[in-house]
Amino acid sequence: MSIRIPDLVGSIVEAALSPHPVDRYLELVDPMMTWRDLRAKVVAVDHPTSRTVRLTLQPTRQWQGHSAGQYVQLSTVINGVRHVRCFSPANAANTPSGALELTITAHDDGFVSSHLREHAHAGMVVGLSQAAGEFTLPDDRPRSAVFISGGSGITPVLSMVRTLVTEGYPGPITFVHYARTPADVAYRAELTALAGATPAFDLRLHYTRGDDAEHFTAAHLADIPRFDDAHLFVCGPPALMNAVDEFYDTSGLTQPLHSEAFTLAAPIAVDPDAPVDGELTFLRSGRSATNDGRTILDQAESAGLSPESGCRMGICFSCTAIKKSGCTRNVLTGETDTEADTQIQLCINAPVGDVEIEV
Amino acid sequence: MTITSNSTEIVPTAVTSDREFDDLITDVRDPKHITLSYEQVEALGRDLDELRARVVADLGEKDREYLYSVIRAQRGFEIAGRGLMYLGFFPPAWIAAVGALSVSKILDNMEIGHNVMHGQYDWMREDTYNSREFEWDTVCPADQWRHSHNYMHHTFTNILGEDRDIGYGILRMARDQKWNPYYLGNLAYATGLMLLFEWGVMLHDLEVENIVAGKRKWYDVKGLVKGMWRKAGRQVLKDYVVFPALTGPLFVPTLVGNATANLVRNVWTYSIIFCGHFPSGAQTFTSEECENETRGQWYLRQMLGSANITGSPLFHIMSGNLSHQIEHHLFPDLPASRYPEMSGEVREICERYGLPYNTGSFSHQLGSTWKKIAKLSLPNFMTRDDDDLVVTVERSKSAAA
Ligand code: FES
Repeated sequence: MSIRIPDLVGSIVEAALSPHPVDRYLELVDPMMTWRDLRAKVVAVDHPTSRTVRLTLQPTRQWQGHSAGQYVQLSTVINGVRHVRCFSPANAANTPSGALELTITAHDDGFVSSHLREHAHAGMVVGLSQAAGEFTLPDDRPRSAVFISGGSGITPVLSMVRTLVTEGYPGPITFVHYARTPADVAYRAELTALAGATPAFDLRLHYTRGDDAEHFTAAHLADIPRFDDAHLFVCGPPALMNAVDEFYDTSGLTQPLHSEAFTLAAPIAVDPDAPVDGELTFLRSGRSATNDGRTILDQAESAGLSPESGCRMGICFSCTAIKKSGCTRNVLTGETDTEADTQIQLCINAPVGDVEIEV
Repeated sequence: MTITSNSTEIVPTAVTSDREFDDLITDVRDPKHITLSYEQVEALGRDLDELRARVVADLGEKDREYLYSVIRAQRGFEIAGRGLMYLGFFPPAWIAAVGALSVSKILDNMEIGHNVMHGQYDWMREDTYNSREFEWDTVCPADQWRHSHNYMHHTFTNILGEDRDIGYGILRMARDQKWNPYYLGNLAYATGLMLLFEWGVMLHDLEVENIVAGKRKWYDVKGLVKGMWRKAGRQVLKDYVVFPALTGPLFVPTLVGNATANLVRNVWTYSIIFCGHFPSGAQTFTSEECENETRGQWYLRQMLGSANITGSPLFHIMSGNLSHQIEHHLFPDLPASRYPEMSGEVREICERYGLPYNTGSFSHQLGSTWKKIAKLSLPNFMTRDDDDLVVTVERSKSAAA
C-alpha cells in the first residue's frame, strides 16, 4: 500500500487545525486560496443594458464545470448578511479557462440583483456552488434545435446555443427571443454575431412592449427546417412558458419539449393581518398541514412530528430548520421574512400563506 | 413569587424621583424589600423588548466586521503561539508561546465560540459562524454544549433542581441546596473543576450524578459518550501528539506548553463563568415560583440571577463579554459586542424599577464567589445567613387592572 504524500500532508494539516476548517484560516490571507470551498472572483463587470449587469467569474480550482442550461448558486454579503441566488451561466459548457459568464437582470424588487448591478466590481470575491439542474441538452444531439426564451431566461439557452456552435453542430438552430424593447436584449450583439457567422442560425427577436407588442404565437415558429425532428427548449417567465405549453398541446406535437421556469419567484405580497391561510409543508417527512396561524413548531407537533426543540421562546436555537420557500412572521417582533433557503427558528415563527420547511 | 437572596454588598439602586414609576414601587423606605406589581414586571419586559428591537434593527456590516476581526486576532495568536513553540528551548520564547496560545484559546472559546453557538451571528447566514455548525477549540462537542448551556441553563437560569449550572452536579452553590457531609469538600471540588474545567464542561450533559443515582441508563448516554470520544480524541491528538511531533526534538516542551495553555484557559473561563451567577446578590429560584412565567417575569429572573464584572474593554473581550452576564442573560442571542453599549440602558431600567444591578470588580466578584463556595461547604446552621434582599413580585394581574 502506498501512501500519497499530499494526502498525508493534508490529513496532518486538518488534524492540526481541528476543529476549524482549513479554509477558515486561508481566507484570512486570501479568499481565493481555498482548500475545499468553491468561490469565484469577479474579473470583469459590464452593463449590457440599463437593467442588467454581466459578470465574468474566475472560479477556484474546485469548479467542475457546467453543462449548458444548468445554474449555479452565487452568494454575496450585503450589509453583513450573506444572500444566495441562482443564476445560469450564459457561456458555452466547459470553457477551457473555466471562466463563467453571468448576466443578471436587476428586477425592481430584486434585492440581490440590484445590489450586484450597483456594486459588483472586478476583484470582488463571491461564493459559488457547483452547477446543478436538469435543463440540459440531450447527449444525443437532436437533428434540429429550437430555443425559445424570454427576458433573463436567455442565459441558459444561450449557453446551449453557444455549446452547439462550439461543437460544430450541423443542424439548424432557431432562436426565438422575447424582450421588452430592443434596448432590453442583453445579448443583442452576441446574437447578431452568431447569426452572421453561423449559416444555419435563424435569429427571431420579438418585443413585448410598445405599440405593436408581440407575444408568442405559433406563427413565430413558422418555416423551421426539420421541425418534426426538432427539440424545443423553452425558458422564460410563466406567461411565455404557458403559451408555449398550450401551443405544444393543441398542435399535437410529439418531439421533446425541454423547459425551465426562469423567474424569481414572484415576490410574495405579504399582509400579516390577512386571515390565516395556506399550506404548511414538512418536506423531510412528506407531511403537510393547513396553516392555522400558530408557530411552525406547534403545527409540526400537531401534525405528529417531533422536531428538535428546547426553550420554545427563541433563545436556544435548538429548533432552527431550513425554510425552503414561503413567508414567515416572527411572533415576537411581527417581522416577516420571505427569503428562500434560510434557517429559521420554528418556535417563534408562524407561516404566512404557503410555507415549505425541512422538517 | 418571592425571591430571596443573600445580599450583603448589593442594595437596590436609589430610585430617581422624576420617574413615573415612583409611586408604583410600594416600599422604597426599606432598601431590602422591593415589591413589584404584575403590571410593573410586564412594563419592565416591554422596556427590555424595546431595547432589544432597537439593537436587532441595527445589526449589520459592523457586527460582521467585529466578529471577523476577533477571529483574525485569535488566528494570529494561535499561529504565533504554535510558531514560538519551535523556540521552546529558550524559556522566554516558551513563555511567550504559552501566553499567545492561551489568549488564542480564550478568544476562541469565549468571544467567538460561546457567542457564535448562542446564535448571535446566525443572522449573517454564514455557514461556519452559525450556531448549528460551529465547533470550538475545547473537548466538549458543540452540539452537547448547546443543549446543556443554551437550552438547559439559559431557559432555567438559577432554578434550583433544573439549572444544572448551579454547582454542575458537584458543588453546593446555594443555601437552599440540601447539605450533606460530601459538601465538606466543596472547596476542593471547585478547585478541581477549575483546573479541569474543559473536561467538566464536556461531561456536563451526561448528568453523571443522575447516572450514579440510577436515574439515567447507559443506553441514554451512549450517543453522548461517542460524541465526546470523537471530539476529545481530536483535541488531544492535536495538542498532545500532532503539534509536539511537528516540533521534533522539542516534543516535550511543546506538549507541556500546550497543556499549560489549556490549563490557563480553564482557570480563566471558570473564573469568569463563576462570577456570572454565584457572587453574593445573585439569586436562585424554585420551580414553583417560575411556573408559567410571563416574558417579563422571565426577564426579571435573568436579571436577578446574573452578575456583571466591571473592567476595561480588553477585559470584556477576553471574557467573551460574559462580564456583561446580566445583558447576556437578558439577550443571549444578540452579538455580545453589543452588551457594553446596552448595559447603560439596562442599568437605567433596573434603577427605574428599583431593582439591583449586581456588578463589581473582578477581584470582588471572584472573592465573593469563593467565599460562598467555602461557606456552603458547611451546613446552614454553622454559617450566618446573609442580610436578605427580598424582591416580591405579584404573580397575577391586580384586581384593579
Ligand atoms: S426551541 Fe429554543 S429557540 Fe426554538
